Amino acid sequence: MNSALFQFLNITIIAFVVWLIPLQFIPFLIWLERKGSAFIQDRVGPDRTDVLGFRLFGYIQNFADVVKLLMKEDVIPLQANRFYFLLAPFWSMMFSLIPLMSIPLAGSIHWINTTIHFQVVNLNVGLLFFFSITSMGILGIVLAGWASNNKFSLIGGLRSSAQMISYELSMAMSLITLLVVYQHADFQTIVHEQTGLYHFFGYTMCLPNWGFFLQPIAFLIFLVASFAETNRNPFDLPEGESELVAGYHVEYSSIKFALFFMSEYANMVVVSFLNVSLFWGGYEVPYVSTAQLIQSPRIVLLVLSGIIFIMGLLVFVVLFRHGWKQRTLYNGVKKWEPFLLGTGMAFIGLIFLILIPFWLHWNFPAWFPLALTALVQFGCLIIKVVFFCWLFVWVRWTLPRFRYDQLMNLGWKIMLPIAMLNFLVTSIFVILK
Amino acid sequence: MRVVQRPKPKLMQSLYFIDIFKGLMLTLRHVIRNILNPDQMMVVYFPEQKKELPPPTRGRHRLMKREDGSPRCTACMLCATVCPAECIHILAGESTDTAIEKYPERFDIDMLRCVYCGFCVEACPLDAIRMDVPEVTVANYSREKLVYHKEFLLNHHNEDYVKNYNPPRPVIETHGPLARP
Ligand code: SF4
Ligand code: SF4
Repeated sequence: MNSALFQFLNITIIAFVVWLIPLQFIPFLIWLERKGSAFIQDRVGPDRTDVLGFRLFGYIQNFADVVKLLMKEDVIPLQANRFYFLLAPFWSMMFSLIPLMSIPLAGSIHWINTTIHFQVVNLNVGLLFFFSITSMGILGIVLAGWASNNKFSLIGGLRSSAQMISYELSMAMSLITLLVVYQHADFQTIVHEQTGLYHFFGYTMCLPNWGFFLQPIAFLIFLVASFAETNRNPFDLPEGESELVAGYHVEYSSIKFALFFMSEYANMVVVSFLNVSLFWGGYEVPYVSTAQLIQSPRIVLLVLSGIIFIMGLLVFVVLFRHGWKQRTLYNGVKKWEPFLLGTGMAFIGLIFLILIPFWLHWNFPAWFPLALTALVQFGCLIIKVVFFCWLFVWVRWTLPRFRYDQLMNLGWKIMLPIAMLNFLVTSIFVILK
Repeated sequence: MRVVQRPKPKLMQSLYFIDIFKGLMLTLRHVIRNILNPDQMMVVYFPEQKKELPPPTRGRHRLMKREDGSPRCTACMLCATVCPAECIHILAGESTDTAIEKYPERFDIDMLRCVYCGFCVEACPLDAIRMDVPEVTVANYSREKLVYHKEFLLNHHNEDYVKNYNPPRPVIETHGPLARP
């Protein structure tokens, strides 16, 4: 096969997939935010919108929202700078979709004499690329604040850009520490370095060799800074729903507002991907290396089937109980939906249970272990990312908001010195070693 | 004058992380409990389940009737005058009963403008208007239907409820010097 063409195809397909990931995550995250906040506050959250009676636990609400946002009137203020006003939301959205292009989704596969990459570009300055692109996103917020020609949006934009710039410093400082540790800036190598077990001064610990265990302080600083970077709750001063009208996007309506909203969620996804790739081993399954995955696909299949069976059973029990208690509430499909979904999940679980003996005797084709490995690693990455997205939601509905001066104090007087000190100590250790 | 100093946070508190972790665990407990058993949440699934509103609820308006079924209202316009939202419109007609003199030919309340202040009830000298129909979902698909007319206000409520309605007297248990024998 023509290898240039093959590589082109490979990159195109992966770029498409990577472009889709945040876009697919956005409705999921909005749903997670709504349901998560509801459950944290002992409410049920959205559960009314339905398609043919199926409500899918409120997931359908997202589609209703999209329709609503698209059909709303799109107002552009008369005094606004039209060009920049239109540019700002697209700018924000664009720069929250691009940075994922440098994140590896799974280990590369070597098949006969071709190599399939699961990464769009393996830049040797991947981390710097990521960082520069995410900081371009701030410009969208400043533009939106300025171009609306409204004092309140301008103040909102200034507040948020000041916040994001000050936290970018400590974020960069914590990541420089990682660069010192890994001595590489491309994600492929950084993720690859995190395989195996954690060696601590010659002792082998029973912990995976993740960046978190190497640099816990850098991780904490990065985490706090990433909350500030994405304007999420303990630091959501730009929006501050309960204090301000909104921030930089007061003047925006309809789908342009939705773009800002979506770019905020896309930023969460992007930061979670970065977080996972740097500190939590990226696509690496803990304790199991890529080679081991390729060698023993049977065990992988067994474990996967077991997990699916148990999950199916759990969902079945929960949904049946829920449906039974609510049986007098609704009629028609709404009444039967939990039973249907529960039975479906139990059915899938049972199929995987029945398949277990079949896996043990199956002569799989030679490409199968490779494909399975890529799939498992991708799934592992997604699970980790979903956890960190959930952390964003979780923290938002747990903590109160910081005051502006507290925010700046924390950023400049506490986190930046700690990050610098951490950097200094780490560098000394690395030189001495 | 005593100056109250803010309590200085301890070192562990000012590090935030431990307290944040405690808070996160608290909310996680709620999430897990509510996912595994969503039915123990204290939620009323509203249109399907309805809570019975207690008798003193300030609901929507109704007009009272005399024994013979005619409206008690004498179109004195006090309620229309006092209404801050200016949403009561009365057209007075001459009554055949000379003792009454006037009666409302039309009595419209624009529910879209009403702010539920209850001033109309207070103002009425004849107790002809009350706000005790326990309906809080005043909603409709057209604005015209939300202007309630005389016939609707007179008749369109659950008669049982209104008949059985005796304003409960609050039982105040008093002790000490205020206690009556
Ligand atoms: S409740 Fe208040 S606003 Fe409503 S009709 Fe009576 S006086 Fe007017
Ligand atoms: S105050 Fe009473 S009697 Fe007078 S117009 Fe209003 S409802 Fe009728």
